[in-house]
Amino acid sequence: MAVTLKTVVLDSEKCIGCITCMRRCPTEAIRIVNGKAKILYDKCINCGECVRSCKGGAKRPVYDSFDLVESYKYTIALPSPSLFGQFNNLDDPNYVIEGLLALGFDEVFEVGLAAELVTDCSKRLMEKKDLVRPVISTACPAVAELILLKFHELADHMLPVYAPAKIAAKLAKKQAIEKGVPADDIGIFFISPCPAKVYSLHKEEVSNEKYISGVLSQSDIYFRLVDKMNKIKNPRKLGKCGYSGLGWGSSGGESNSLGLGNYIHCSGVRNVLGLLTEMSDGKLDGADFVELNMCPGGCVGGVLNVENPFIARNRMRQLAEKMRIPPATMEDYGLDESFFIWDKQPAPSTSFRLDSDRFAAMQKLMKVEEYLKKLPGIDCGACGAPTCRCHAEDVVVSGGTLDCVKLEERK
Amino acid sequence: MECIKFEYDVDGENFSSAGNASESVKRTLKQMGVSPVSVRRVAIAMYEGEINMVIHAHGGKAEVEIYPDRIDIYLKDRGPGIADIDLAMKAGYSTATENIRSLGFGAGMGLPNMKKYSDEMKIDSTVGVGTTVFLRINF
Repeated sequence: MAVTLKTVVLDSEKCIGCITCMRRCPTEAIRIVNGKAKILYDKCINCGECVRSCKGGAKRPVYDSFDLVESYKYTIALPSPSLFGQFNNLDDPNYVIEGLLALGFDEVFEVGLAAELVTDCSKRLMEKKDLVRPVISTACPAVAELILLKFHELADHMLPVYAPAKIAAKLAKKQAIEKGVPADDIGIFFISPCPAKVYSLHKEEVSNEKYISGVLSQSDIYFRLVDKMNKIKNPRKLGKCGYSGLGWGSSGGESNSLGLGNYIHCSGVRNVLGLLTEMSDGKLDGADFVELNMCPGGCVGGVLNVENPFIARNRMRQLAEKMRIPPATMEDYGLDESFFIWDKQPAPSTSFRLDSDRFAAMQKLMKVEEYLKKLPGIDCGACGAPTCRCHAEDVVVSGGTLDCVKLEERK
Repeated sequence: MECIKFEYDVDGENFSSAGNASESVKRTLKQMGVSPVSVRRVAIAMYEGEINMVIHAHGGKAEVEIYPDRIDIYLKDRGPGIADIDLAMKAGYSTATENIRSLGFGAGMGLPNMKKYSDEMKIDSTVGVGTTVFLRINF
């Protein structure tokens, strides 16, 4: 069965057809058609930038309903590190864990703990030196999609390990089965800070019935959770994640935990695009590791968060200082590298090719250049495409004629 | 044979604008479905060429012709010219000023890298008049 997955849908009533989201989209995946913003899903990397920029709240991120949790007999919540930055005066992460249990989950497995294990595995892979440098982190699924869509020449730099959420799910499921819980009863739910993780886990996991049963939204669970947390007096010491895993919620946390000297970390759509562009020109060849986060400040900047990312970062830093637990190792959990490494290389997307035949693509590109000579080059967006070049390409690919207000004026 | 032509001015005052020319070339190559390895070779060779023009010649022009099976790049400047091309081609040799080196450029790898990443390279230079570097990269 073909599964059509969407991360962001449009509330047509609220969309006024302004060009804000179209302008901000890093992959030119939005057009204004008949006065409404249309997402070209084959070019969308699910980064959430359109959700972030829409003034009218017309872009709605898609995620699973909390009600889905009830359909499983034994449920495991996977909270991401960024969740712990969402609460005022939180001085002990165990309040969040107790809160999730009070919400009805049977078990909580911190994604931060899985992140520490991913770090341990990554460290060992980095020591082997056979990875192409600089190694690019693949923890941010929007970055991974961006590379596969627009930066194919950097695909061999991608760190070939699964992201912490998937590792958390794999390990939680393994442990639950070892405890004697029937596999069919287990429902594992990741609580996501961003639509990119909702999408990637749905594509890889939920639709294939693997480890994750559903992906919830941090903002959706927030109020339910606060309500429960307020009633907790003395939380038990349940948390196993330490400062290192918690740090993954902020940009720089992953690279910091690797203990490398020569690394770069950067966050935010424009910065990430800029850095990838420079990498493809060969400019960062001295660095060992590059951590990129599509959201400003890292996962705390994801659009499914409640708190301002920089306030959340401050809280998480202070919380981490209180967490003395040293980083978990693969030995602690009896794991080896095969538990973490990709089963197969992800395939690059060909959505940006103008034609599958190179000669035909060239003919089209020549036509694009011809059109560009006519178009004003001011990228006003009135035609419904983000740039004049984009409009020219759209017309060449789909047929039709140039539709430009400036050209009309000249007539 | 038909080809796609691009022509860019490379701004001699601005290090951060170097790379702008290679940007649209990369886009075009990707839209044609040229292999990632070739895109990367083109990107690095062009970027090095642009930086060279900024460092040594106060900018210049990049003319690019894209064919189905290759790209030809002409980097033309009216800079000081290269007195000894063999010497300039040696890895690590550079006439860049201390100032430029302090910015992380001028390591003497520009021309050697351009040679490394291209299939054909020709330098035509006259001292006091300028330099044209021709690069061909087969896909």
